[in-house]
Amino acid sequence: MPKYQLKINGKNLEADVAADTPLLWVLRDHLGLVGTKYGCGIAQCGACTVHMNGVATRSCILPVSGLENAEITTIEGLSENGDHPVQQAWEEVDVAQCGYCQAGQIMTAASLLKKNPKPSEAEIVRTMNGNICRCGAYHRIREAVKLASTKI
Amino acid sequence: MTKSIDTSRRNFLKLTSLTAGGFMIGFNWITNEVKAASVIAKSAAADVGFNSYLSIAPDGLITLFSPNPELGQNILTSFPMIVAEELDADWSKVKVVQAGLDTARFDRQVTGGSGAVPHSWKLLRTAGATARHMLIEAAAKRWNVPASECTTENSFVIHAASNRKLSYGELAQEACTIPVPENVKLKDRKDFKIIGTAVKNVEAKNLYTGKPLFGLDFYRKGMLYAMIQRPTAFGLKIKSVDAEEAKKMPGIVNVVTFGNNVAVVGNSTWEVMKARKVLKVEYEKDGSLESTDDHNKLFTSLMNSGKADVQRKDGDVEAAFKNAAKVIKSEYQCPFLPHSPMEPMNFFADVRADGIELIGPTQTPAATRTAVSKLLNVPEEKITVQMTRLGGGFGRRLKTDYSVEAAELSSIIKAPVKVTWLKEDDMTGGSYRPAVRYRFEAAIDAKGNMTGYKLRGVGINAGNCTRQDNFPSGAVDNLLIESIEHVSPITTGAWRAPITNFLAYAEQSFLDEVAYAVKKDPVQFRLDLLQRARTNPVGDIRYDIDRMEGVTKLAAEKAGWGKKKGVAQGFAVYFSHRSYVAQVCEVKMENGKPAVKNIIAAADCGEVVNLSGARQQVMGGITDGYGHAMFGKLSFTNGETDQKNFNSYRLIRMREIPEIETHFVDNGIDPTGLGEPALPPTGGAVANAIFRATGQRIREQPFIEHSVFTGKKVKSTMKNTEIK
Ligand code: FES
Ligand code: FES
Repeated sequence: MPKYQLKINGKNLEADVAADTPLLWVLRDHLGLVGTKYGCGIAQCGACTVHMNGVATRSCILPVSGLENAEITTIEGLSENGDHPVQQAWEEVDVAQCGYCQAGQIMTAASLLKKNPKPSEAEIVRTMNGNICRCGAYHRIREAVKLASTKI
Repeated sequence: MTKSIDTSRRNFLKLTSLTAGGFMIGFNWITNEVKAASVIAKSAAADVGFNSYLSIAPDGLITLFSPNPELGQNILTSFPMIVAEELDADWSKVKVVQAGLDTARFDRQVTGGSGAVPHSWKLLRTAGATARHMLIEAAAKRWNVPASECTTENSFVIHAASNRKLSYGELAQEACTIPVPENVKLKDRKDFKIIGTAVKNVEAKNLYTGKPLFGLDFYRKGMLYAMIQRPTAFGLKIKSVDAEEAKKMPGIVNVVTFGNNVAVVGNSTWEVMKARKVLKVEYEKDGSLESTDDHNKLFTSLMNSGKADVQRKDGDVEAAFKNAAKVIKSEYQCPFLPHSPMEPMNFFADVRADGIELIGPTQTPAATRTAVSKLLNVPEEKITVQMTRLGGGFGRRLKTDYSVEAAELSSIIKAPVKVTWLKEDDMTGGSYRPAVRYRFEAAIDAKGNMTGYKLRGVGINAGNCTRQDNFPSGAVDNLLIESIEHVSPITTGAWRAPITNFLAYAEQSFLDEVAYAVKKDPVQFRLDLLQRARTNPVGDIRYDIDRMEGVTKLAAEKAGWGKKKGVAQGFAVYFSHRSYVAQVCEVKMENGKPAVKNIIAAADCGEVVNLSGARQQVMGGITDGYGHAMFGKLSFTNGETDQKNFNSYRLIRMREIPEIETHFVDNGIDPTGLGEPALPPTGGAVANAIFRATGQRIREQPFIEHSVFTGKKVKSTMKNTEIK
C-alpha cells in the first residue's frame, strides 16, 4: 500500500493506506484522531467536517490520495487548549445534547467565522443548515455561532 | 482487603477510606427505599469497587460515579448535581465518572422511559446528605463543639461562633470513622443552591475538543473491525454466500456467516467496507415481503373488520352513538420511522475463555449482558459491560441485537472485534417506530356535549397502540378504546415516547376537530373536560387533573392564547411518562403556505434539576417531534425500505426550526422526568395551528406531503372526517 505524507494539525503524519481511503477513516482508524465523526458517509450530515486549507470540508468523501499538499485541521487541532472562540461559545451556551454531531458543527462554524467574522443570522443558518443534529440542538448551535462571532 | 465494620446495615450507603486519605461512599441502588447506611473500611484504593459512589480526596475533589447511560439527556450532569446539592459541595470541584454495569451495586442502569431522575432522586440526595452529616460530625468532634452549631458551604464545614472552618478534604479521613446515620434530613427546597440552576454539561470540554467518548471511538490494540451484511429486506433469509472475492481483498482477515448475517472482518473500517461491496449474497423468501401499499390496504380492512382487543370500556357506547345529535369520525395515520441516532450502531466484544468483555453505547447494559449470557451460555458473572457515551439513542439502543451480534462474532472468530453499522444498515435493517392508523369517533348530544368517544388503533408490530387510560378517558360517560395488531417481519421497537409520539398528535387533533364542531374554544373545551373528570369522574383516572390543567393554563397564558393578531394558533396538551406538557403553536401564511413560527411550551416535570438541561430536553423534544411530523417517512417496497440514508430520508435542519419558548410549572413535587414528554404534543399543536391558518386538517404524517404544502392533492386510503 502506498504511504501518504499528510499535514494534520500542524504535524507531519504518515498513513499507509489504499489511495481511495477517505480522510475520515484515515483519521479515525490509522491516526487515532477520532474527534471527527462518521454520520452518513455520503456528505449529507456534516459530522465528519474538517478544515482543508482552512475551508470546511467533508472528510467522509475525501480520498487520502489528493491530500499530500493540503493542510488539514481536525477538531483536535482547532486550538491548543480547546479555547477557540467557537469552542468557548459552545461551552458558554451549553450546546451539546448527545454531542456526537458537535465536532462537525464546531468545525463548520469556525470555518464560516474565519471567512466572515460577522455573519448575519441568515448567513449562519445557510451555512449551518448542512450539519444535521439529530438531538435538535439547533437553537443553541445558532446562538453559539452568534456568540462566537462577538469573540473573534 | 475489605473489612466490614457493620455488614448488617450495608444496604444503601457504604463508606470506604482510601489509602490517600479520602473516603468513599457507595450506594446500593438495589433498594428503592432509602435505608440505613454502614461503614466499610478499605485498606487500599486499588481494590475499591469502582461503581456508583462519591469519594472525597484530601485535596477536596469529589468524585461521583454515574450509573446510567448518557445519550444526551444530560444525566451525567444532573445526577451529580443532586448529590452535590445535599453535600453542599463546591461544584467546581466535582468530578463525574460513568460507571460500568454492576447490578450488585446499582439499580435500574437504564436510559429509557424518562425514568432516571424520578427513580434515583431520593437515593442521590440521601447519599449527599449522609456524607455531609458525617463531615459535620467529624468537624464537631475535632473542635469539640456540638454538631448542631456547625454549618456547611462550598465543601467546608463552618463553626461560625468560633470563626473556624475545615475543608471536606481535610475532614475526609476522620469523617469515614463516624457512624453512618440511620436517618438524615434532606434539604428544604427553598435552600437549594445547585438544583434548579442552569449547570453546564460536565463533559463539555471533552466533547468540544474531540476526545474519544463514544462507542465508535473505542479502540483497543489488536482488535479487528467488522461489518455485517444483513438481509436486504424484511422477510428474506440467506440462500447462498460467495465470499471468495471479498476474502482476497486487502486487509480482510475473515468472512463468516452466522444466522442471516455475513460478517466481513478486517484490519480497518474502509477495507471492510470495500470488501463488503464485493460480497455475493443471495437471499430467498422467509416470510411476507410487505410494501407500504399492502399496509394501507391492511389498515383499511383491519379497521373495518379486524378483531380488536378491548383496552377500556366505560358506559354504553352503542347507545351514546345511537342517540347522538352529531357524530364526528376521523382517521389518522403515521408511517414507520427509523431512530436515526447520529452515531450508528456499534459494539466492541471480546469473548475469551476466561470471560466476556462488552464495551459500547447501550441504553440497557443489563439486558445486553443477559442476552449475551444466554446466547453464548456463559454465566453473567463472567461478563462485563462498560457503557460509552451514546451518540443518541431515541430507543434504538434499548435493543440488544447489535451488541449480541458483536459477541457472537467475537466468539466465532475468537478475537476482539468492533462491529460497526453503516448509516444504511441502521436505516434499512433497524427497528422502527411502528406504522399505525387510528380511527376516532365522538358522539355529541343536542347540547354539544361529548357523550361518547371511541378509539380504534391498528398497528404493525405495535402491541397495544392505544393508551387507554390517558385523557380524555375519565371525562366521557361512554367510551371504548380498542387495538388491533398486525404481526409483520418488519422489526419495530420503542421510539422516543413510544406510541404516544404519534397517538398524542392524532388524539389532540381529533379533540380539536370536536371542539371546532361544537363551536368551543379548543383550550376551554379541554378545561371543561378536565373539570368534568374532576367533579364527576368516569372509571379509573390515571392522570393528574390539576397538573394537566396547570400546564394547559400556563401555555395558554404565556402564548396569549386567542389574543394575538396575525397568527393562527393551535393547542395540544399531553401526559406521558409521569409528566405534563402543553404547547401552543403559531403559524403564519407565507407565499400561500403555512409557516410554523413559534412553539410555546409549558412543562410540568416536577422539580427541575438542571435548568439548562431541562430546556434542552424541551427544545430538543419539540424539534424532534416537529421534524418527524413534518418530514419523517420510511416506506417499504417488498420488505425493503425505500429510504437508505440522509439523502432520501429527511431529517429536520436548522433552516426549518420554529422558535421555541419553554416554561416550567414550579410546584415543588419530586422530579417526574423530561426525556420524552415534550415530544408527543408537538405534532398536534402544529396540525391544529395549520388548520386554523388554512382550514385544512392534516391527518397523515409526514405533513410535508399534504396539499397545504405541496399544492397538490394526494389520494389517501383513509376515511376523512365524516360529520353526521
Ligand atoms: S459523515 Fe460525512 S457528511 Fe455525514
Ligand atoms: S447533539 Fe446529538 S446529534 Fe447533535
